[in-house]
Amino acid sequence: MTDVAPVTARRQARARWLLLVPALTVLVFAASGPLLIVLIYSFLTPGDYGGVLWEPSAQGWFSVVFERDFFTDELSLADAHLSIFWRSVKLSLMTAALAFIFGFPTAYFIATRPKEKRDLWMLLIIIPFWTNLLIRTFAIAELIRNEGTVNTLLITMGVIDEPIQMLFTEFAILLGMAYVYLPLMVLPIYASLERLDFSLVEAGYDLYATRWRVLRKVIFPLAKPGVIAGSILVFVPSLGAYVTPRVLGGGKQLMLGNLIELQFGQGRNWPLGAALSLTLLAIVMVALLFYVRAAGGEEGRHG
Amino acid sequence: MKLKVTLAALAAATAAPAFAEGELNIYNWGNYTSPEMIEKFEKEYGIDVTITDYDSNDTALAKIKAGGHGFDIVVPSGTYVPIFISEGLLMESKPNEMENFKNMDPVWVDVEFDPGRNYTVPWQWGTVGMTVNTSVYDGDINTAAIILDPPDELKGKINVVPEMMDVMSTTIYYMGGDQCTTDKEVLKKVRDKLVEAKQHWLSMDYGNIEKYAKGDLSAGVNWNGASLRARLENEDIAFGYPVTGYPVWMDNAAILADAQNVENAKQFLNFIMDPENAAMLSNFARYANGIKGSEQYLDPVMASAPEVVVPDELKAAGKVSKTCPPEAQKIYTAIWTELQK
Repeated sequence: MTDVAPVTARRQARARWLLLVPALTVLVFAASGPLLIVLIYSFLTPGDYGGVLWEPSAQGWFSVVFERDFFTDELSLADAHLSIFWRSVKLSLMTAALAFIFGFPTAYFIATRPKEKRDLWMLLIIIPFWTNLLIRTFAIAELIRNEGTVNTLLITMGVIDEPIQMLFTEFAILLGMAYVYLPLMVLPIYASLERLDFSLVEAGYDLYATRWRVLRKVIFPLAKPGVIAGSILVFVPSLGAYVTPRVLGGGKQLMLGNLIELQFGQGRNWPLGAALSLTLLAIVMVALLFYVRAAGGEEGRHG
Repeated sequence: MKLKVTLAALAAATAAPAFAEGELNIYNWGNYTSPEMIEKFEKEYGIDVTITDYDSNDTALAKIKAGGHGFDIVVPSGTYVPIFISEGLLMESKPNEMENFKNMDPVWVDVEFDPGRNYTVPWQWGTVGMTVNTSVYDGDINTAAIILDPPDELKGKINVVPEMMDVMSTTIYYMGGDQCTTDKEVLKKVRDKLVEAKQHWLSMDYGNIEKYAKGDLSAGVNWNGASLRARLENEDIAFGYPVTGYPVWMDNAAILADAQNVENAKQFLNFIMDPENAAMLSNFARYANGIKGSEQYLDPVMASAPEVVVPDELKAAGKVSKTCPPEAQKIYTAIWTELQK
C-alpha cells in the first residue's frame, strides 16, 4: 500500500513528461533558442555594415532608454524611443478598447441567437481571416483615402466640401488594427457568454434590476474572463504591429515594430534592434502577468 | 535497328547540352532584367541563363555571404559595391580590359565605388529628385525647398520616400554640406530643418505612382523612373533636380568571387556594354544606362523624357551616392529616428 502510491505517481510523472516532449521541443528550438540569440546579440557591438562584432557591449541596451546628444555630448533620456514606446502602448490600449466596444455587443448578439444559427454568425466573423492581412489593410486604405469611397460618398451627399484627411493619421492606424484584430476579441467573449446561464439574467429582472444593472452586475462579471483574454489577444499583436502602421500611418509615425525594423535595416544597429525587441517582449510579459493575476483573482472569488 | 534508334536518341540527348555551351546564373533585383535581352544573349552564345530575384541589397549581401548560392553574377547598388569588395565577395574580373568597355560613358568609369572599373559594369542608373504636380504648384521645381520649405499650395500633400540616405543627402546638400558629412554644425541645421519640415508632409511611404497620378499627393521626394511612370498616367506630373545637389545611384553587374561559370559571366558583362543591349535593359526597367550610343535604340518615350535625360545645367548638381562611414551612419540614424518619432 505504501509502495503503490509512489510507483503510480512516478509513472504518472513520466507520462506527463513524455506528453510534454513535443511542446518542449517546440519551445526550446523555436522559441527559447532564437530568443537566446536575440539576447546575446543585444549585448554585442554593431558591425559596420550590419551584423554584429563579437565584442561585448551594453551600448545597445543603454541606447534603448538613453541617448548621448551628438552635438553637445549631453546625456539625456532617448526622447524619440520613449515617444515611440508610448505611441505603441497608447494605440494598442485604444485598439483593445475599440475592439471591446464593437466586439462585446457582437459576441452578445451571437450568443443570444438560437443554437443552430450561432455557427453561421461565427463563420461570418471568421471569414475576413481568410484574406491576407496586407490585402485587408490596403482595402481600408482604399476606403479612407482622400479620393476614396468614404470621402467621395460624403462629398456627393453634400455633407462635406473638402475631403477629410483620414489616411496617414493615428486614427487610420487605430481603425486598421481594431478591424484586423476584432475577431480575437469576439471569440473569447463569445466563449464566455455562450456558457452564461440566462436564467441568472431572468432572475435579475425578477428582482427588479434595470437592464443596465443586469448588464453590469450579472452579464459583465460572468463575461469578464473572456473580456480580459480578448483584450490581451488584441493588445499583444497590436503592440508589435508592423504592416498596419506602415500602410495606414504613412510611415511618418513609427511604432515599435517599425523602429525595430529600422535598426536591422537602414540603421545597421542590430544590438539596439535586439534590445528593443526584448523590451517589447518585456512589455508583453507585463501585460500577461496582469492577465494571470486578473484571471487568478476571478477564480479565487468563485472558490 | 532498335539499337540504332536508341543510339541516335542517345547521341541527340548528349548533343543537346553540348550545343548549349554552358550556363550562367544571375542574381538580380526583381523585375529588372529584360527578358528579350537575355533571349538574345542565350541565342548568340548558346548559354542557358537562370535568373533569381532579390528585393534589397541587404538580402543579396546576406545570401552571398552565407555561401553555397551557385550564382555567377550579382547587381548591387553603388553604395554596396565597396561592402561586397571589402568582404571579398567580388572577383576582380577587369571589365576595363573587355572589348566593349570603350562604350562606357567616361562619366561612369572613375566612380568612387569602383575606380577605373576593375570589378563592375553599369546596369542602370537613376536620380532621386522632386516629383511635383504642376497644376497645383507652377513655381521652380528644381529645388529641395519643395519638401524642406514647401510653398503653401503643397503643404500637407507631400510624400517623402523613407530612404534614409537619399533624404539625408538631399537635405545635407540643401543646407550646404557634403555627402557623408559629420560636421556637427551642418547636421544640427539638417536635423532642425527636417523636423520643422515634417509637419508639412503627409506621409513617408513607397509605391506612390497611383497617388501622384490621382492627385492624393502633389509633391515629394521620388525616383526618376517612378516619376516618369506617374507622368505617363497624368501629364501634370513633372520631375525636378534640386540645384543644390541630388543623389545619383547606379546598380552594377559584377562577377562573384566564387562564380562557377567565369568565362560565360565575362561574356555577359561584355555583352551588356554593347549599346543595343544596354538600351534593351533601359526599355524594360525605365532607367538610364551608362553606355554611350544606346540613345538611338531607346523607346521614344524614354529617349526624350526629362526624367531620364538630365538637363545640362543641372548635371553638375548630381552626386553619385557612396557608402558613408559608420560614424556618419550612426548620426544619420539618430536624426532619422528623431524625425519619425
